[in-house]
Amino acid sequence: MSDIAIELRGIDKSFGLVHANRNINLTVRKGTIHGIIGENGAGKSTLMSILYGFYQADKGEIVVDGKTVTIKDPNAAIASGIGMVHQHFMLVENFTVLENVMLGAEDSQILNTSIAKARVELKRLEREYALEVDPDALIEELPVGLQQRVEILKALYRKADILILDEPTGVLTPAEADHLFRILGQLKDQGKTIILITHKLREIMAITDEVSVMRRGEMVATRPTGETSVEELAELMVGRRVLLRVDKGEANPGAVKFSVKNLTVRDGRGVTMVDNVSFDIRAGEIVGIAGVAGNGQSELLETISGIRKAVSGSVDLNGTPIDMTGNADPRDLRDRGLAHVPEDRHHVGLVLKFEESENSILGYHHDKRYLNGVFLNMDAIRADAEEKIKKYDIRPPNPRLRTANFSGGNQQKIVLAREMERGPDVLIIGQPTRGVDVGAIEFIHKRIIEMRDQGKAVLLVSVELDEIRALSDRILVMFAGRIVGERAPDATEGELGLLMAGVEDRKEAAE
Amino acid sequence: MSNPYAKLPGWAEYGLIPLINLVVAFMVAGLVVLLVGENPLDAAYHMINGAFGRGEYIGFTLYYATTFIFTGLSVAVAFHAGLFNIGSEGQAYIGGIGVALACLWLDQTMPWYIVFPIAMFGSILFGALWAFLPGWLQAKRGSHIVITTIMFNFIASSLMVYLLTRVLKPLGSMAPQTRTFAEGGQLPKLDWLLAIFGLDIGNAPFNISFLLALIAAFGVWVLIWRTKLGYEMRTMGHSPSAARYAGISETRIIIVVMMISGGLAGMMALNPIMGEQFRMQLDFVQGAGFVGIAVALMGRSHPAGIIPAAILFGMLYQGGAEIAFEMPAISRDMIVIIQGLVILFAGALENMFRPAIGRGFASFGQRFPVAAQKGA
Repeated sequence: MSDIAIELRGIDKSFGLVHANRNINLTVRKGTIHGIIGENGAGKSTLMSILYGFYQADKGEIVVDGKTVTIKDPNAAIASGIGMVHQHFMLVENFTVLENVMLGAEDSQILNTSIAKARVELKRLEREYALEVDPDALIEELPVGLQQRVEILKALYRKADILILDEPTGVLTPAEADHLFRILGQLKDQGKTIILITHKLREIMAITDEVSVMRRGEMVATRPTGETSVEELAELMVGRRVLLRVDKGEANPGAVKFSVKNLTVRDGRGVTMVDNVSFDIRAGEIVGIAGVAGNGQSELLETISGIRKAVSGSVDLNGTPIDMTGNADPRDLRDRGLAHVPEDRHHVGLVLKFEESENSILGYHHDKRYLNGVFLNMDAIRADAEEKIKKYDIRPPNPRLRTANFSGGNQQKIVLAREMERGPDVLIIGQPTRGVDVGAIEFIHKRIIEMRDQGKAVLLVSVELDEIRALSDRILVMFAGRIVGERAPDATEGELGLLMAGVEDRKEAAE
Repeated sequence: MSNPYAKLPGWAEYGLIPLINLVVAFMVAGLVVLLVGENPLDAAYHMINGAFGRGEYIGFTLYYATTFIFTGLSVAVAFHAGLFNIGSEGQAYIGGIGVALACLWLDQTMPWYIVFPIAMFGSILFGALWAFLPGWLQAKRGSHIVITTIMFNFIASSLMVYLLTRVLKPLGSMAPQTRTFAEGGQLPKLDWLLAIFGLDIGNAPFNISFLLALIAAFGVWVLIWRTKLGYEMRTMGHSPSAARYAGISETRIIIVVMMISGGLAGMMALNPIMGEQFRMQLDFVQGAGFVGIAVALMGRSHPAGIIPAAILFGMLYQGGAEIAFEMPAISRDMIVIIQGLVILFAGALENMFRPAIGRGFASFGQRFPVAAQKGA
């Protein structure tokens, strides 16, 4: 018996062009709580999915309890003593707790015998780990905190010694989260090993023994929790890449072009994602919104561009008030001079199966210059596309090529060309350089500055703090759906990092 | 990443894969024929000969193909917007009411070229209305289009039994059908078209609705690839989130697309009612709506693919009837099995050979985008 529960050696995984995990090494000691943090898209979930057998690594090996294992599916993971509590629960809503726990682990063809056995075992587990749940309650009638407990029981019932929890507190209230941490503490005392995946620094500081930080598919550091700080972790997580140099003159802000007023947005489950947010953008300035991904920036962008409905609030666009709770549709906003470069160009900004020229009119296809009555004016569309291809140096310069066959940077240029060449008054840009090669980054940054200098109001959302600092004239920091502070672009990375981690928030709560 | 399969060059995508699927389907069908103790080669001969051996046979093949072009286009239009319309069967059936009403009203006073456009308008109107309801339910209430269109097929079927036994049946007749139309309700045959190739049409009901089907196929191509509406449909079909971003109204597109789909299905009724029977009979659609699904799948929802696919199925229908006639051991039901196999391989198992062929191409060289991407 070694005291290492899991060791990952050189794990590598790509999905097509996306390199999700690069040569990951990780050692998790037995009987500890090991945190893995990183922003959304840093590769945490992919790594855990490899460990739990949902994906196979392209390279590398997994050592569990001193033995090299091949985990080809979740059953193999369970057999190696690995259990997983998913972010989205894998429970049958209209089954009872008992039925869910034994589902897939019935040890007899006769259901009644299995049920009797499972009931005894479940009772024992509940006593041993103080995880009280009524075994005959229906899942759909239980609060989320208890549903999660059932997920943990499921893993324990399958004799898991290593528990992986993927963003476990995302759906919990603070009280439920505290309760969960107590349970995890008990499990640790009983000798279980726990891997906790999260992007919340506070949780890491509160309960882990060791913490590993992932960024852009790489494992950048592992620290004993006692020897690190929120500041250091925030910096590691966001990353200190070579400071991007952008030639940028002084801003000459003019009148307010765009203001957001008391905007509140909830998601499908009723969780508040944007919480009473207000801000102004003036002509000729770039306002950047910094924040760890998942703190409401995406919802904010979707709402002010008309894709998503707000619960309350409005925007003023060019002096026209628009109620965002009603039918503020994207087409109407576009007509009023708002352009939107969405965060997700693959699913939102572009139709990958379309020809380049078809994507160059997406959203503007009502424009008379692209139409002959109800028919598309193919010549005009292609000529227009060719013009943009030239101006934005999109390669290969072929308007008939399928959009999926362009590289990330060129795809992004297609979107930018479409949105910028309309000469909008307000430009909203989400993640302008995500998945874009370095050469294109420079070009894109230049174009954004040019838009500002032409007197446009620009809102920039990015998870790249360097990008925000390099481009913005003012920086707003978003945390848990709220704007928690405004800083000038010369604010230090540490200062912004603390705001992004919601540390001020904690001070306020303590008072 | 959205497409799990390698992208193939056009000729493989549209030519090689359907061909392989077809060959496998016929090989399995041959095994079925062997099983009942007949010679599969003889059966193949009878099928080909029965479908193309004489002018009359070709006329029948193309008559069936006409029907399948309409229903295939109907399914394909909905496919482009990401909607699976299983209800072409019922929409075609109800479309028949429009045809029958026009004929019953005008056949004794007007020539066919006046009645035909009115009947066409009627078929489109009734077919579209029957598709409007499932479309509206999907767009406004979120009721799944697959479920509602299937249910509407049953409702259409019951409604037509009622109409043909109570309302549209002439007094004193014992058959569930309308009266036979006078000359104004009968479409001219395309005997001259076959005569160009030196063929005699015989008794085949191959009529001018075939030309209408070709025009409809061209119209669908224009609609999908050359109009604003088609652009919006395709955007929604490929990526609903991009459609929302572009400000395209999902509700409007669903309802309009379903009505176009229903209208195309409705036009199918012209062919059997005005072209062959000269009256509306119970169950005149005979499953053509469902065959349309297979035709659209095989034709990759492109009019240029739908026409040959429809002719293939026309061949299966006509040639199949010939096999049943020439080889008594092979009953009509066996023919249905063979047709089912073609649908199975060309439609449902459409992707069965694709991965292997894709791998073949990928290892074949760096000429194709897939291979290039992997190397990047």
